[in-house]
Amino acid sequence: MFLANLAILVLAGFVGFAVISKVPNTLHTPLMSGTNAIHGIVLLGGLIVLGTAATGVLDKVLLVIAIAFGTINVVGGFLVTDRMLGMFKRKPEVPQQKGSDDE
Amino acid sequence: MNSVIEILYIVAFSLFIYGLMGLTGPKTAVRGNWIAAVGMVIAIIATLLTPGVSNWILIVLGIVLGALVGVPSARQVKMTAMPQMVALFNGVGGGAVALIAWVEFRTTDDYAGLAAYVPVTSLLAAIIGSVSFWGSLVAYGKLQEVLPGRPISIGSQQQLANLALLVAAVACAVAVGVGVNSQLLIIGVLVFAAALGLMVVLPIGGADMPVVISLLNACTGLSAAATGLALNNTALIVAGMIVGASGSILTNLMAKAMNRSIPAIVAGGFGGVVVAGAGGGDATDKVVRQTSASDAAIQMAYANQVIIVPGYGMAVAQAQHAVREMAKLLEDRGVEVKYAIHPVAGRMPGHMNVLLAEADVPYDQLREMDDVNGEFSRTDVALVIGANDVTNPAARTNPSSPIHGMPILNVDEARSIIVLKRSMNTGFAGIENDLYYDAKTAMLFGDAKSSVQGVTEELKAL
Repeated sequence: MFLANLAILVLAGFVGFAVISKVPNTLHTPLMSGTNAIHGIVLLGGLIVLGTAATGVLDKVLLVIAIAFGTINVVGGFLVTDRMLGMFKRKPEVPQQKGSDDE
Repeated sequence: MNSVIEILYIVAFSLFIYGLMGLTGPKTAVRGNWIAAVGMVIAIIATLLTPGVSNWILIVLGIVLGALVGVPSARQVKMTAMPQMVALFNGVGGGAVALIAWVEFRTTDDYAGLAAYVPVTSLLAAIIGSVSFWGSLVAYGKLQEVLPGRPISIGSQQQLANLALLVAAVACAVAVGVGVNSQLLIIGVLVFAAALGLMVVLPIGGADMPVVISLLNACTGLSAAATGLALNNTALIVAGMIVGASGSILTNLMAKAMNRSIPAIVAGGFGGVVVAGAGGGDATDKVVRQTSASDAAIQMAYANQVIIVPGYGMAVAQAQHAVREMAKLLEDRGVEVKYAIHPVAGRMPGHMNVLLAEADVPYDQLREMDDVNGEFSRTDVALVIGANDVTNPAARTNPSSPIHGMPILNVDEARSIIVLKRSMNTGFAGIENDLYYDAKTAMLFGDAKSSVQGVTEELKAL
């Protein structure tokens, strides 16, 4: 089990390298906040442990905090990335507006 | 059921990878981000399908709490405050990892009957997660200016102290791992790692913050991957590792752009150290030429080409919209306007691009350093707006300067230079900038936004 997972880990690392090397400087901020949102996936760890193993009060409190933290990471991360990228998306309209000004 | 979950996980991480591929271009980026978000929703649903999940109310409570905090803060944060927001989101991710590792220790009866890799990976996650949480909080504090941006350090013993903390954290982890049954030891792991996180980031100057945030981002990713190994969860392993790898690349790229090695940055101290040989004493003898908004307006209005060099000062003054308006007026007069973006301008990689994009500056006017540097010699006016260290010619000419060797924008090659600046204070790195004393340079003192607006008014009046 562990060795299979380790293989997945190594391969995922190479995928990460391959995908990210192509990102232009301009998009580094959204990229960082996008990958930031993805590591909020630790939320799953909180769900698993709280859902299947936690019994004590302290355990439950800690895990609720962990899930809340993970959710903040995921939801916040994707939303701010979307807001930033939305600005880049508006770009194509600008030259058009300019074109109509010229008339 | 388990194979259904595994298949959904495969779908989820395929969507992550596909989404990230979309982030490589401005056209596909928005969609890419949402594709990754859909992947996340699928991964969460898959996890909740695990047989025998209980504590539903608490699970929902945690998610609702997180959404209640996360959604409004993400909606309301200003673009200029984005670096600290990302630092904070990153920090809570690391905090979640640390808490999960702690509870895992408590609920598995000290890893009784589990294979050796479980405690190893789980404790590793605990250490990295805790470092990342507290380190990110300090980074947030510095960027939000709750904490002073200058390095806070205990001097030459710093590295020794950090090493001691690391050894202490690892020692506690080893003791826990080999079966010393003590709740105190696992808390020791978290506390020593927390102290390490604080001690590593506190001495790092504001100028190095983009690299630090990126590094902490990579750390949280790796700790998530370690949690995945401990919990046998493929989605966590893949997603965490992709973030870890991409964060490492990004950190490396930025460190290169600043001509600094990552170990040197983590060792701290740069950015705010009193600098010898870079000006200092003789600064008072040098003459600074001041200009007015109307002179600056005339100078630019009759130029063929103006290159705008934005820096953190523009972000602080929220001047991006004013800059865009001014640039439009110049373009209407037939002046060619370009923006020269240094890779580490601002407090986050790509920070300037986001701000200027917010102000509707066309994508093709934003020029990267290598692309634009050859153009300064053909440029009539270089307008520096709140940028400092990235324009300092000492990086090329003064071997004793701490930023010597850092790639800079060759602003000093322009035929004339106008610098918008609040005062003659040194920049985040605390280094005197010879550019300001150049005979070609005129200073326009004041808040960047009101200065730019002043110039705009004058341009309208011309």
